This record gives sequence, structure tokens and C-alpha cells, in this order.
Amino acid sequence: MSTSSHNLAEPGARARVCGTTGLGVCLDAQRFIKLNAVAGIVFLLLGGIAALLLALTRWQAVHLLPADWFYRVLTFHGINMLILWILFFEVAILTFACTTPLNARLFSRKVAWTAFGLMLTGAVMVDYIILVGQADVMMTSYLPLLAHPLFYLGIILVAVGTLTGVFNFFATLYVAKRDRAYEGSMPIVTFGALAAAIIAVVTLLHGALVMIPTFTYAMGWTPQPDPGWYRLIWWGLGHQSQQVNVCAMVAVWYLLTHVVVGARPINEAVCRTAFALYVLFINLASAHHLLVDPGVGATWKIWNTSYAMYLAVLASMVHGFTVPAGVEIAMREKGYTSGIFGWVTALPWRNPAFAATALSVVIFGFLGGITGVTLGTQQINIIAHNTLRIPGHFHVTVVGGTTLAFMGLAYYVVPLIFQRDFILRGVARVQPWLFGIGITLVSFGMSFAGSMGVSRRSWDIDAQGVYGPAAHLWLGVLGLGGILAFTGLLIFVLLCVGTLFFGAKIENRPMADWGTPPALAGSQPGSLAHDHYATKGTIVLTLVFLACFAVYYFANWKALADVWPVR
Amino acid sequence: MSLRPLTAPWFHGPAGHEKIWLGCAILWCFVMSLMMPYWHFRGKQNSTGEAYRVVPGDYYARTEKFVAANRVGTFKNPVPNPLTTELPIVEPPAGGDAYLMGRMWQWYPALRLRKGETYRLHLSSLDLQHGFSLQPLNMNFQVVPGYDHVLTITPTSTGEFTIVCNEFCGAGHHAMTGKIFVE
Repeated sequence: MSTSSHNLAEPGARARVCGTTGLGVCLDAQRFIKLNAVAGIVFLLLGGIAALLLALTRWQAVHLLPADWFYRVLTFHGINMLILWILFFEVAILTFACTTPLNARLFSRKVAWTAFGLMLTGAVMVDYIILVGQADVMMTSYLPLLAHPLFYLGIILVAVGTLTGVFNFFATLYVAKRDRAYEGSMPIVTFGALAAAIIAVVTLLHGALVMIPTFTYAMGWTPQPDPGWYRLIWWGLGHQSQQVNVCAMVAVWYLLTHVVVGARPINEAVCRTAFALYVLFINLASAHHLLVDPGVGATWKIWNTSYAMYLAVLASMVHGFTVPAGVEIAMREKGYTSGIFGWVTALPWRNPAFAATALSVVIFGFLGGITGVTLGTQQINIIAHNTLRIPGHFHVTVVGGTTLAFMGLAYYVVPLIFQRDFILRGVARVQPWLFGIGITLVSFGMSFAGSMGVSRRSWDIDAQGVYGPAAHLWLGVLGLGGILAFTGLLIFVLLCVGTLFFGAKIENRPMADWGTPPALAGSQPGSLAHDHYATKGTIVLTLVFLACFAVYYFANWKALADVWPVR
Repeated sequence: MSLRPLTAPWFHGPAGHEKIWLGCAILWCFVMSLMMPYWHFRGKQNSTGEAYRVVPGDYYARTEKFVAANRVGTFKNPVPNPLTTELPIVEPPAGGDAYLMGRMWQWYPALRLRKGETYRLHLSSLDLQHGFSLQPLNMNFQVVPGYDHVLTITPTSTGEFTIVCNEFCGAGHHAMTGKIFVE
């Protein structure tokens, strides 16, 4: 019988002790981590197949799909990747973050079942109605474009289900504290998940605010909401939900660098403040999508872009320093002290979880972050809005950043939670590189074609007669990158599914090691905890990053200055 | 420890390299924040979002009146495109108003403008949302039904420019075309 206390240490708690980490695992939480992760990966595969079809259509020389199916598959791709895969996997992460690190038992199985059931029902509903051709409206479904009511109802169910799952997370935090499952402050991974959960609530409330009147309009019960209002509120859902991903991704960075290298945050106060900045200021990023809109004025646009928004950018720049700095400190303490970058070459690059994390940090920061802030600059948006530059940006944040980090996490989640060692470990070591390089090529293809004016969400560029061979070449790069990234994705899914069936069972033994840097002779754990000038490599890397940022940023102002005067 | 609760006091101010980086990052955010108001007053390309409520039927009537009063010719599309085989070419008076109407799937009418003159270019839609994307310049603005979006625009280069639609608007979206000629 389970006890009433939610402390895993209580006798009779439904729990096991992990044979690898020695941490307690709540068996209820474990079940829902499994369910949500598996559902997420199924939707990742569906979205991935759609991605391949899209890449092979925009590659103008191949031009695979007919027009109606291109727009249908594009809607399907956006919903499955940006909403379903990410949300299911994030519920899995939240379920983990509120139990094992706090030594706590999940608040409620019933609530977790309700959440999962609602999300899955909604997801199936949305995918069905898209595939039968009743919702060719893109993920944004901008009014007056109208889909079948089931499309909106499905999204509402997914949102309500996710909110229910988030409630279970908050309730677990509460009972863990109440039942003294842990002493002191929650660890940074849980703190990051908490920030993600708070943003998720605000995001999903925006979703309800916009989707419910749209659903009732689709049913013919209420008049049509204003399309300008719809854009404003929808992006409170659309952009903020991506910040849930950023928060979860950064939490995963802290988790994996800790698990693989033994990194710890170099300054808990600064890292936590950065998470708080996300919560407080990211809402304003919704304005990024309205920078060339009618109806909202220049003052509104500039204010919502910069004065508060850049505090959220600041938060990402803080994590971009503290995550590699934590790794550098850990490596130097292990004895890898040669030169500025000696620790970098000694990192476990063949460990797929580490490779995925490192690639995620670099791709998210250098490509996704720099392009995002620049494109989201009020005036620069004139030369970027709705061109392929926009998906060129978010494919290196939400795919090269978040999805890659989540893939890295799976290389530990599958052995530790499903308790099976990966099959084909040599293939797994290559997978993050294949996916990372592929998605980077996709982004380059999109960004350069977009700079030449090629629009996003367009089936064909030849009907206009304005795009030359260079634009066609970059669309070819997009296509090749898409094939590579899809191959990486498919390998990931096959490895995960294959492992669930054929992986060697782990019972009361540690998981097979992916490779961690061994401590050298003379290593001194904790010796650099108070040396604030030990992160020489990281400060050089971040200053190089800042230089790249500045060059890209001002190059775009120059490009803007070359177009016609307009106000 | 990233995965275990913190029991020792953990609140410390930033120091050393971390402090240097924080300083650089805050300074950079400050520079980026100032660039936008600076450009608003000193730069020439801004999106002020000037817009007025308009009923699509009224906008259609205004556009037709503008076409009837200022028509100077006919554009015959050399690119095979069943959605737009020809458009009236309309030349607004220098400094005056020009009306451009987005509808599934055409930008109507074609405009002829003079280099160096300033026009008030009205954009609106009769049906769905559309995207005004002027190529090969690559200038992009959102077009929303019910809103008369006014751009005060000064062509500074001559030639033939194509308006592409870059907001998804149904099956003919990719072939939705318009023209601006600058002399």
C-alpha cells in the first residue's frame, strides 16, 4: 500500500533506487515519463516524415508534392513538431523534474492519466482533421482563414491536457515541500522546469483566450473575432510556447552537462535570476510577429521589442556563459588544465548525449539566437517578415536547439527510466552529428533563400518569375539538409524504439557508460569553486559569440538602409 | 549539484569572468535597445503601423475609383499565370494616394510610380490576410482585412518590381502576383 506521504523515503512508497545514480525513482512518475516520451517520439516521427516531404517540395528541382498536399503537410508538420512532440516530451521532463531530484512521489496518478488522455485525444483529433483535408490553414490558422471546428477543439483539448499535467507538477512541488521530501532549495534543473511550467500556464491561457472564440465562431455560434486581435493573442500562445521550450532546453543543458561531465552552475543566484527573467519578460516576444502589422504603432512595437524583451535575451546570454563555464570548471578540476581550450578537446565528443548538448548550445546560440534577435528588431523585420529567413531562424532554435537537446536527454532517459541499454551504440554516437549538421544546412538554405526574398509557406517560386539561380541553389541546400536531418531523426526514432524491444535489460546494475572524461592524476574536485578567473576558454568563446552577433546585427541594418524609404 | 537540492547558502553576486560577461551582455542589450528609437528618428525605413478601420466593400469602391481616375495602361503578364493574365496600370499623382488591393489571388491594380516622389500607399485585403512582399527589394508588410495599412513610401530605384504574397491564403497563394513599375 502506498502511504499518504509524498516523500519517497517513506516505507511502502512505490519507488525503486536507480542502479546507476543511486537516486530514488517514483514508479508512478516513471510510468508517465514513459508514456509521454513515447507519445512525443511518435509525433516526432510523424512530423519528421512531413518535414522530408516539405523539404523535397521546396527543393524546386524535385518539387515532390502537389500544391494542396504541400499546404496540408505543412500544417501537419507545424502542429506535430511545435506542439505535439514538444509538449508531450516536456510533460515527461516536468514529471521527472518534480520527482527524482526532490526525492518525491508524483502528486496524483489520476490527474496524470487525465492529462495524458486529454492531450492524446486532442492530438489524434487535430492530426485526423488535417489529414482529411479539413484544416489547410497552417499552424497559425490566421482568421478569416477557417478550419473545421474539430481542429480548434483538438488544440483546446491538448492545451487543457497540458495545463492539467502542469498542475500535477505544481502540486507535486507543493506536497514534496510539505512532506519534507527534501531539505533546502530545489536544484537548478527543477527550478528551470518550474520556470518553463509558469510560462506554459501563461501561454496556454493565451491559447484558450484565442482558440475558444475561434472555435465558437467555427461552430457558427458567435461572430468572427477581429483578425488583428487574433494575431496579437495567438502569438501570445505561439511565441511564448517556444520560450517554454527554451526554458526546458536550458534545464536539460544543466542536467546533461552535470550527468556527463559533472558540471555545476558556477553561480546559482545568477542562473536562477536568468530563469526568472524569462518568466517576467518573454511575453513581449509576441510582438515580434506584429512588427510590420497595421494597427499597432511604432512606439508599441519598439517598446515591446526592446526595453523588456532584451532582458529575456540577456537571460539566454547568461545561460550561454554559465553552461559552458560549468563544464570548463568541471574539466579543469578533473585535471584538463592545458592552455585555454585543452579542456574542449578532452570533452567526450563520442558520448551522444554530450554531443547533442554541445551542438544544441552552439546551434541555438550562434545561429538561432543571433538571427532571432536581429530579425525581431523592429525595423529590420521589414526585410525579413514572412520570408524563409523566419523558419531559417526557428529551425535552429526549436530543432537544432530544443529537439537536439531532448534527443540527447533520451540517451539517458531510455536506459535510466525504461531500464534498457541502447542497441547499436556506434550508430547512436553518430546520430546527433547527422541531425545537427542536417538542420544547420536546412537553416542556411532557408536563411539565404529568404534573404533573396523567397517567401515562407509557398509551394512554388517559379510562378512569380522573379527568383534567380542563387535562390534555387539555396533551396537545394535546404532539400539536402532536410534529407540529412530526417535521416538523423529516423535513426533516433529507430534506436529508441528498437531499444525498447531489443535493448539489454538493466536490473540492479548501472547503465552502460556512454563515456565520461576520467579524472586525471592531480585532479582536485571543488578546487576552483571560488576561482572566478578559471573560465578562460568560456570567456573567449562568449566574446567571439558577441563579435559574430554584432557583425550580423549591423550588417542587417546596412541591408535595411539600402531599401526604399518608408514610414 | 544540478540534480540535488541545495542545502548550503547559495546566494553570491557575480564575480570575475562572469561579471565581465554580464557587463558585456547588458551593454550589448542596451545598444540594441537604443538602435530602434535612433533609427525611428534618423533612419529612413520604419514601420509605423499607420492604419485605419475599413470595411472591405468600401476599400474595393475606393480602389476602383482610384483605378478609373488614374489608369494609364494595361499590364500583360509575360509569366504564364492563369490567376493574373493582365492588370490595369495606374499612376497616382506625385505625393498622392495609391490603393493596392489584395484578394485571392491577385494584387490589384499594377502601379506606375516616379523615382524620388513620395506616395501614400494604401494596402488592404478583401478576403483573407495577405503578405505584401516587394521583390527583388525584399520589403515586407502585413495586409489584414478590415485594416487600411498606409505606407508612406519613396521609390529610390527604377525598374519593374513584383509583389509576391507571403502570407498563406489558400491554394493559389504561391501564384498571387502584382506589379509596381518605377520610372
